[in-house]
Amino acid sequence: MNRSPIVGLLILGTMALAMIGPIATVILWAFAVKWRYPHLLPTEWGLKFWFGMLERETVITPVLTSLALTSIATTAAAIICWPAAYAFARLNFPGRQVLLFSFIAAQAVPKFALFVSIAVIFLQLGLVGNFWGVVMVQMLSAVLFMIWIPTAAFRGIPAPLEEAAFDLGASRLRVFLMITLPQALPALAASYVLAFVSILFEVDGALLIGAPTVTTMPLLLMSLSTQVVVQDAAVLCVLIWVPCFILLLLTRRFMTAKGIAQGFGG
Amino acid sequence: MLEIDGITKTFSGAPVVREARFTVERGELVCLLGPSGCGKSTLLRVISGLTDADAGAIRIDGTDMTAVAANRRPTAMVFQSHALWSHMTVAQNVGFGLRVRGLTRAEISAKVASVLDVVGLAAFGKRLPAELSGGQAQRVALARCLVVEPKVLLMDEPFSALDAHLRKGLREELKALQRRLDLTTIFVTHDQEEAMELADRIVVMQAGRVEQIGPPGNLYRNPQTLGVAQFIGAMNTCTTALRCGVVLWHGLALRLALPDGEAALLCRPEDLHITTTGAAATVTQVIDLGPMTRVKLITPDGDLLTLTCPREEAPATGADVRLSPRRLHVFRSGSLLGLIETPCPVIREKALT
Repeated sequence: MNRSPIVGLLILGTMALAMIGPIATVILWAFAVKWRYPHLLPTEWGLKFWFGMLERETVITPVLTSLALTSIATTAAAIICWPAAYAFARLNFPGRQVLLFSFIAAQAVPKFALFVSIAVIFLQLGLVGNFWGVVMVQMLSAVLFMIWIPTAAFRGIPAPLEEAAFDLGASRLRVFLMITLPQALPALAASYVLAFVSILFEVDGALLIGAPTVTTMPLLLMSLSTQVVVQDAAVLCVLIWVPCFILLLLTRRFMTAKGIAQGFGG
Repeated sequence: MLEIDGITKTFSGAPVVREARFTVERGELVCLLGPSGCGKSTLLRVISGLTDADAGAIRIDGTDMTAVAANRRPTAMVFQSHALWSHMTVAQNVGFGLRVRGLTRAEISAKVASVLDVVGLAAFGKRLPAELSGGQAQRVALARCLVVEPKVLLMDEPFSALDAHLRKGLREELKALQRRLDLTTIFVTHDQEEAMELADRIVVMQAGRVEQIGPPGNLYRNPQTLGVAQFIGAMNTCTTALRCGVVLWHGLALRLALPDGEAALLCRPEDLHITTTGAAATVTQVIDLGPMTRVKLITPDGDLLTLTCPREEAPATGADVRLSPRRLHVFRSGSLLGLIETPCPVIREKALT
């Protein structure tokens, strides 16, 4: 029974290596000027490739485009989806279950096929190659996170919490703003972050609707990965990773195990 | 003060409350008592305005409240699950009703402090609900209602999630507070001991219907329906028939001055006495409860009976005894036919034995 802690440490070490290893390699590459076999670490460090990348107009524009695009698309999705999620959770209208399930069913359709048919429609509307066209198509990637997690969260709030506030004289709007929203906040924050990240890394929609005029970071990364210089791709990777990491840190307070489990209906 | 006038409520075709009708006086504590699913909580929600009635009216101080939404009614409800808001401190929870009424910060904190003092939680204002015990949480929930000075306080099984010892303490506290503040209160419970101890009057509900209304002792001594008789306190039930004014009670012939027909004869355990004449029974179990002793018996026909008596009068297990009822509640088709004090046994005729 007296199992040695070495087994546990070994498992921990392997997992840490598997998860942190790739990220560490990328970060190392981003700051390496010279790194050749058989050296374990770069032999020359520096920000040479950072200056190189950031000076290029073709790099700065996609970074700013991606940040603007993702922020707008995620926030717009939240404004549309969260009230819808509340309706799914609290109101009982015919076809509620079918409609809720349809969001998962839509997720099972290959995205690319869906985007092709959307592109056809957008072409007629002049939305192809248009920033707002990409915003609209990328919002689709957020719908699942933005409907399912908040619906489960709103449903998880016991009705007496809202009833008690209403009974004590608060208006419906006030009950929602002062009770329901703060109670659901952890799950809403989780859904926002997940949606933000999935939109930021979205490729298919951006490629079909945006190209060639609207270039996002993942599209830039794809084009760079075919080139020889490893550092260029690494720098861009860290550049994409940083905003996501900061966002996750900001919402960490709400991203408790309980909050997320509640979001998924646990 | 509060009038409940013919309230009817149906949930998807099934009637939950049927024509409930009673009034509550100012400063009175009325318990709605009944088994789970009898419609008592629904009726309470109708009074609060959280649920709309299908028919009937609610009047408070003569003003019709039926069409008034819950947030405009002068009522406040304490929920079974305390329903405190976990993202607010105790003081913010209690102050919520005042905040939505637009009071200033200073007014709110003064009122919150005084009401927290009333419920004995003066030092708890800065705590979060998660840091409270079950009893403290329910006191905060009460304070949250008291602070808005409702005309009617509504309580939906507020203590049922707490353990028995705590429940008894809170019950006594609530009763004292209700008396002191002269609160008109409706208290829903399925626990008859709780109802008996708290209530000025009890409204007994069964299957959505108000069965009987009265002071606790009166309900116990004079149940008007078979349902109330069997729900409030223990009863020995004997279903039989009355013929030519004579009824057979576990083989003992009794003369009852009541019309002939089917009859249910009910007798309280304390009204059952061991006598020299009477129905034969064998003692199966003697339970010494301290202040009294409970004796379980079986008749030759296999009917089970229970009686209570002082310890020194209790027979031994296995003893054959004879029993007579001192008071019989007689019911026919659910309603009271008569209450018979010391029913007279028929003198056994030799020809019959």
